Amino acid sequence: MDDLKAKYLGQIASAGDECALEDIRLAAVGKKGEVALKMRELGKMTPEERQAAGPALNALKDEINSALAAKKSALGDAALDERLRSEWLDVTLPTRAIRQGTIHPVSQVTEEVTAIFAEMGFSVAEGPRIDTDWYNFDALNIPGHHPARAEMDTFYMARAEGDDRPPHVLRTHTSPVQIRTMEAQGAPLRIICPGGVYRADYDQTHTPMFHQVEGLAIDKDISMANLKWTLEEFFAAFFEVDGIKTRFRASHFPFTEPSAEVDIQCSWVDGQLRIGEGDGWMEVLGSGMVHPNVLRSGGVDPDKWQGFAFGMGIDRIAMLKYGIPDLRAFFDSDLRWLRHYGFASLDQPNLHGGLSR
Amino acid sequence: MKFTLSWLKDHLDTTASIDEITYALTDLGLEVEGVEDRGAKLAEFTLGYVKSAEKHPDADRLQVCQVETDEGVQQIICGAPNAREGITVVVAKPGVYVPGIDTTIGVGKIRGIESFGMMASERELELSEEHDGIIELPSGEVGDRFIDWLAKNDPAKVDPVIEIAITPNRPDALGVRGIARDLAARGLGKLKPRDTAAVEGTFPCPVTVSIDNDTLEQCPVFYGRVIRGVKNGPSPVWLQDALRAIGLRPISFLVDVTNFFTYDRNRPLHVFDADKIAGHTLRIHRAKGGENLVGLDDKEYTFTEGMTLISDAEKVESIAGVMGGAETGCTMDTTSVFVEAAYFDPVRTAYTGRALKINSDARYRFERGIDPEWTPYAIEHATRMILDHAGGEASEVVVAGKVPDFSRAYKLDAARVQSLVGMTISEADQRKTLTALGFRLEGNMAHVPSWRPDVQGEADLVEEVARIASLTKLEGRPLPRLTEGVPKPVLSPMQRREAAARRACAALGYNECVSYSFIDQPSAALFGGGTDATRLENPISNDMSHMRPALLPALLQAAARNQARGFPDLALFEVGPVFTGGEPGEQHLQISGILVGRTGPKDVHAASRSVDVFDVKADVEAILSAIGAPEKVQINRNGAEWWHPGRHGQICLGPKKVLGVFGEIHPRVLAALNVKGPAVGFTIWPAEVPLPRKVGATRPALKVSSLQAVERDFAFVVDADVDALILVNAAMGADKALINDVRVFDEFIGGTVGEGKKSLALTVRMQPNEHTLKDADIEAVGAKVIEKVTKATGGVLRG
Repeated sequence: MDDLKAKYLGQIASAGDECALEDIRLAAVGKKGEVALKMRELGKMTPEERQAAGPALNALKDEINSALAAKKSALGDAALDERLRSEWLDVTLPTRAIRQGTIHPVSQVTEEVTAIFAEMGFSVAEGPRIDTDWYNFDALNIPGHHPARAEMDTFYMARAEGDDRPPHVLRTHTSPVQIRTMEAQGAPLRIICPGGVYRADYDQTHTPMFHQVEGLAIDKDISMANLKWTLEEFFAAFFEVDGIKTRFRASHFPFTEPSAEVDIQCSWVDGQLRIGEGDGWMEVLGSGMVHPNVLRSGGVDPDKWQGFAFGMGIDRIAMLKYGIPDLRAFFDSDLRWLRHYGFASLDQPNLHGGLSR
Repeated sequence: MKFTLSWLKDHLDTTASIDEITYALTDLGLEVEGVEDRGAKLAEFTLGYVKSAEKHPDADRLQVCQVETDEGVQQIICGAPNAREGITVVVAKPGVYVPGIDTTIGVGKIRGIESFGMMASERELELSEEHDGIIELPSGEVGDRFIDWLAKNDPAKVDPVIEIAITPNRPDALGVRGIARDLAARGLGKLKPRDTAAVEGTFPCPVTVSIDNDTLEQCPVFYGRVIRGVKNGPSPVWLQDALRAIGLRPISFLVDVTNFFTYDRNRPLHVFDADKIAGHTLRIHRAKGGENLVGLDDKEYTFTEGMTLISDAEKVESIAGVMGGAETGCTMDTTSVFVEAAYFDPVRTAYTGRALKINSDARYRFERGIDPEWTPYAIEHATRMILDHAGGEASEVVVAGKVPDFSRAYKLDAARVQSLVGMTISEADQRKTLTALGFRLEGNMAHVPSWRPDVQGEADLVEEVARIASLTKLEGRPLPRLTEGVPKPVLSPMQRREAAARRACAALGYNECVSYSFIDQPSAALFGGGTDATRLENPISNDMSHMRPALLPALLQAAARNQARGFPDLALFEVGPVFTGGEPGEQHLQISGILVGRTGPKDVHAASRSVDVFDVKADVEAILSAIGAPEKVQINRNGAEWWHPGRHGQICLGPKKVLGVFGEIHPRVLAALNVKGPAVGFTIWPAEVPLPRKVGATRPALKVSSLQAVERDFAFVVDADVDALILVNAAMGADKALINDVRVFDEFIGGTVGEGKKSLALTVRMQPNEHTLKDADIEAVGAKVIEKVTKATGGVLRG
């Protein structure tokens, strides 16, 4: 039996490939192999002989099997190593192209603004881009002869012959949404209204369409001090600068009273604007306490309710925050611009993760 | 609105610095747009003293002067007639820039003799038009800076010019006095009285004035008087200086007087040459329509019915409140002047000015509202100034109509400042502020001053108090939360859907564009728009004349622009409103994308290929899935004419419910928009996707079978125009319990399967739930699949 063992273990050790190994397996422990033949002889043995030979044969069989398995695995490893030695790729080659999409800064910043104001309880209201002159002007305390009407460079829709109604306008601001939302929901109310607005103006800093976000908060006891806090909180969150200073200046808008223009702290360093530092001021926003006539237009009783409103340019704060130089390029769809100033699809702004990367 | 510091100080007794004044102005709501330091350009000029002057040996008119300067005695050649020994002069040394002649002085030789600088005239320093000789100063030390001398002796020449932006509600601040009043109320000085005594007329006014009865609302009052024997000419230097400083050109004294009061008091006046008024009568009336006048700007204007006009016995002579006529205007020869001070209705003036497209200082002020009660005083102030400088004799004042009474009062509720603004200001201080602004308080009623047409309610009183107190000092106060605890979500399902679609598009590799909502008519017409219903009355260019009927045209135009810049392969998308009409609400949201060119640049893996319909189909399915559209849809080819007729699909839920469309853009459309194909695109109407029935966040339990699924392949030969979806749906229907997926994995058209035929191969996946499938079960299902498919398509199983 020791001869058998020595013979087969020797053969296994020197087997060159899996084929040879299989031949050895059949010859040794196959159904008609030498060990099997020996097993058959057990029946002719005395019980005593069998007692000794049985376990020995089984041990021999196990030993040969493990040697076969080990050798097989070693041969496999060697073959794999051999194959891998010949396999090589120039991994510096470029990949198959994957397009990288982008989100436009107007959309991204609108989501940022929404995330901040949502935290303060403002929901998002929307309204038509083409509106009546009543919603765009009269309801906002801007009567027909008001100089502000002429100054707004309004786009008018053409009227058909015989249609004597005043022409509809492309909304010159998002403020008509205030009126429509007050009409629909009444008070109390907290909304922002982001969206496109239109003015017939085109030069270095003006485009005939741009984007605004309007804010409106109506309640029993909301004051201008609440407005100031709200905006200070907003600017700190939006520009991601703690303690950013704001300046309220008295101003005039037909739809608010008192009215204030709001500046934020900034500085110019080497031609680069930096928000939230230095002692310069940048005008970013108009605001005030909603004019009683405007509340009335929206069907809200000014003797019971009061509130604040504000409006700012989305494109403008996008330019300030992200250092985008030219407003006109926002609407030109130049692929280079879209890629450079756009945002990745997964960079969805939120307050827990931060607004910008 | 521009004014000089010295002009302001004519009305305001103040020691405040320019910085304090400009800070206060901006804070008060009179935003400072700029401060021009007129002294800056004169900073390098110094005083000199002419020690001796001798005639130039080779030039009769030139003097060779020895001038004492801060750098010792210098030789300067000068041609001025007044250059002589013993005068104090203004010297420009070599290297100094002289603004009036736009020259930097150098050392030079004049007719053989060296000159080391220049002695300046007023015109050379842009101080006036004076150029008859060099400046001679009555005082000053050699070496002093000239601007310091001016600041001390003639500040109006060089003091700063302040420009402020005026909001439409503050006509009173269109006069220097109104600005001074605000500053005084803020505590920056005291308002000076500046009253003038009435001038007694010595003869009846030779010009009569009448206002038509139907015109009294447009012109409630008109004051006038003649001053005869005046001598018109250039204005006195102080007046010229004042006007020039704020950018007005001095014309003649009589005209300059009207401009002065326009800016000093927000009080436009008009002066007629009284001798040119036909019939010595003026009538204020409504235009009948069709009348003409050549205005002071020498342009001819034609009037429409209802405009307010001033006519003499023969014809129109002035457009009330907007512009006077050329013919009766004052000239240097005028010896008898008729001065007009009237009140014209703001609304009518605005409409007239707008219709005639005249932007004059008078219109600007009348349409914002002047102080009607100052009208009688205006005529006296103007008379006094004319008499003082041009002499003459004043007639009695002629008056038509009467000063309109706009008096009104509002209750001062001292607590409103706290509740509306959030500032604590004592009632006494509030009353003090209002009084300083000209309000008259009777008990708690505040009577509004006549120069503040903007004050129309109690909230305005609060605004005035807060404004003067300074909003900069307002302390922010937290806005209470609407609800305790974690804020509720605020977006509507549609808003979430819009955001999801946008992120999905970007994730699929599209770049988001934001295009103008208006496009050119031909491009709009290609996409079913461009009709008059969506036409703008006043587009800024032909390229932006119509509201867009779809997002695709602007995306394709953007593609063409990018192709021209050398970017042939594009994936662009937009989410935004499109317009079906011109009424509010005739708009809806679309999501559109286009793929143009190849899937990418050519690459080593040969993966780059032309984009095709199945690229956009995959994308549109992904986006629809992202916004919650149902998986089971129908697809037809009934899309609009801008799609390739055979290579597009509408994704529908039922025949009328179109969720989206994808396909090749029609080649003719591409050609019209100069896009080099291939170009495929999609449009989704997110509002058409049904909202899910919200049943809470819980998902149904997952049912997984432990039994082995079985797949079997089938190939069918059908007519080439049979949709694969029909086969899939038919196969799915063969055994709804058992078959959970059918996939098309091969398409083969023509060739061995025959002309007009194609072979489609399907994999059918059967998922047993109760027991393992036996061969007989599988065969039975297979037979049903074959039966269903052949019945639905008229095709046969491929042998």
